[in-house]
Amino acid sequence: MADTKYMTINMGPQHPATHGVLRVVLELDGETIVSSTPDIGYLHRGIEKIFENRTYWQGQPLTDRLDYTSGMSNNLAYCLAVEKLIGVEIPKRAQYIRVMLSELQRIAAHLLWVSTHALDMGAMTVLFYGFRERESCLKLLEKVSGARLMPDYIRFGGLREELPEGFLAEAQALIKELPGRIDEYETLLTENVIWKGRLKGVCPLSADDAITYGVTGPVLRASGVYYDVRKAYPYSSYEDFDFEIPLGTKGDVYDRYLVRLKEMRQSIRIVQQAIDKLPEGPIKADAPAYVPPEKEEVAQDMAALIRHFKLMTDGFRPPKGEAYASIESSKGELGFYIVSDGTENPYRVRIRPPSFLNLGSISKMIHGSLVADVVAAIGSIDIVLGEIDK
Amino acid sequence: MGIENNVLVSTVDWLINWGRKNSLFPVTFGLACCALEMMVASCAEYDIARFGAEVFRPSPRQSDLMIVAGTLSKKMAPVVRRIYEQMPNPKWVIAYGACASSGGIFRSYSVVQGVDQIIPVDVYIPGCPPRPEALLAGIIELQKKIQKETIKDRPLISLSGKSA
Amino acid sequence: MSDNKEYLDILSGKADGITIVPAPPGEPSAMVDKATIRETLDHCRYDRDLGFNMLVDMFAIDRNDGEERFEIVYILRSQKTNARITVKTRCGDEGIETASDLWPAADFLEREIYDMFGVPFANHPDLRRIYNPDDFEGHPLRKEFPLEGKDFDKRFVVDLEKA
Repeated sequence: MADTKYMTINMGPQHPATHGVLRVVLELDGETIVSSTPDIGYLHRGIEKIFENRTYWQGQPLTDRLDYTSGMSNNLAYCLAVEKLIGVEIPKRAQYIRVMLSELQRIAAHLLWVSTHALDMGAMTVLFYGFRERESCLKLLEKVSGARLMPDYIRFGGLREELPEGFLAEAQALIKELPGRIDEYETLLTENVIWKGRLKGVCPLSADDAITYGVTGPVLRASGVYYDVRKAYPYSSYEDFDFEIPLGTKGDVYDRYLVRLKEMRQSIRIVQQAIDKLPEGPIKADAPAYVPPEKEEVAQDMAALIRHFKLMTDGFRPPKGEAYASIESSKGELGFYIVSDGTENPYRVRIRPPSFLNLGSISKMIHGSLVADVVAAIGSIDIVLGEIDK
Repeated sequence: MGIENNVLVSTVDWLINWGRKNSLFPVTFGLACCALEMMVASCAEYDIARFGAEVFRPSPRQSDLMIVAGTLSKKMAPVVRRIYEQMPNPKWVIAYGACASSGGIFRSYSVVQGVDQIIPVDVYIPGCPPRPEALLAGIIELQKKIQKETIKDRPLISLSGKSA
Repeated sequence: MSDNKEYLDILSGKADGITIVPAPPGEPSAMVDKATIRETLDHCRYDRDLGFNMLVDMFAIDRNDGEERFEIVYILRSQKTNARITVKTRCGDEGIETASDLWPAADFLEREIYDMFGVPFANHPDLRRIYNPDDFEGHPLRKEFPLEGKDFDKRFVVDLEKA
């Protein structure tokens, strides 16, 4: 027989710890991983192709379903790219609300991560605690947008509508409560001997490797690399806010956990500042060619009704050109590169999914580690298959 | 003649269906966005355990309910079919969400337009994604459906997984 | 991304066949001749004045306008200077050389371009389809590929052997 020294095992696509439908083919020498090949595409939906056949408006719901743990951030990235293309100026109030909502979404996404990762590692209690707080975040997002996961609240030129009554007070109450809750998870996990033993020194990624593999987000920062789109290329008035970028030192799974927890605390700070500094003013840009009129206006003004109807049925035609806009989503740098040929459908929409490039580093990360650590590594890079497979 | 509408059979039916419907073991099987709402449904706030369906099994061999939560791609379809075949009888399928029911907004070259093209579906739940309450409603509907079944259609013991 | 003009000027002094093209409303980018793209990327990665050690993104656009219909776009970033530039090249069905030895990130990205556009990359370590199954026909993001693919209106038949 041929070489039988190594054993090949198949993990996924239906596996509870692959967070969706990821498949990894592992080659083992005893319990040590010799080589691994991730196999993706089990959730390939052809989103980039669908974009080319829809108007700019119709493209927006597709972005929600990319990284379905942070719909608000996806909307923001897409809108920023289209707004760059059509060249509108967003009012300050809308920018602040965008920041506030995407930070709340980041908190929700990180809570989901902490919960599910703890579940993967065998600490089930955290799941129930984490989901409790995530529900509160989702209820807030539902209050503004009407949907729990797929908000579509951030629109080209601003926001869909004004914040609902009482939203700010509820947001204030939530972020007042959250730090204590995060402390609770820390009591359960951070100094827990089993947790540390399971995570410390597991599957590290060096800073150089992380950069050349194109890794972004908390995974990159856990390796000690200072790169956050919010600071490097500020968008949506992030330069007005005072926050820190937590960094790790060793780049192992434990550092990624710490970085995410610290990021949640920073997000709370940002939301607090956004609530405190929220300026008055309009929430939509003054660009009648691209931004639909207010609902009340449509009900009273014939011209507004026609404009609304034309915008929604025909879409709009941005000038020819191309633009790239990226944001820091909860997973890393989420970018949209849109090419317009002057028609109502985009000529090409390229999505830069952070999880896709983060996953590219998994072979490097798990090389030489034990097979049980693969679950920890896959969990720690926080992949979302909807975004990877597109 | 025969055992149709026999008092004994209908009593046994009632008892077995009562047992089956109140201890559904779903297979842990999330495909996409809807899987998140399925997870939420199993946690404290919505608590799927009230309907006896909280024991999510990682292996299809131990489950009798498949909640297809999310978009089914053509690459994934053979895997889903294989998992369905691996489940022992009796087994039921819930298509959770627009994508699983009909392909949803993803009308493209790589998406199967509805999971019912490859496996028989008992309950469809609309929504994109449906709220966790909708999953609970779907499970109640399925329970009603199970209560109407008879052991003539679904044998008491059958592990082959072939008949559906 | 504002001061990238300066880096583009440095780059065009290093290798031949580079023209700086505007791409409004986005930033200008370097359009590189297919023959010198590999050399140019090498400069981008290792030259002391440039040092773009992060491949942020790499993708293709099907311009559908003749022989060299595919535009390959590289977005590069330097961790040291925080500069970000866009480098482009044009190619046809014959493809170009890989960049995966310069940035390992290109491994997955080039497989994606190969899958979606059918552009091969010479010397790539593992050039296979990444999203679609290996026996998939056609390349979805080419303009002539229909959105719904073929046999869309027929019932989908499962081949259990593939599971």
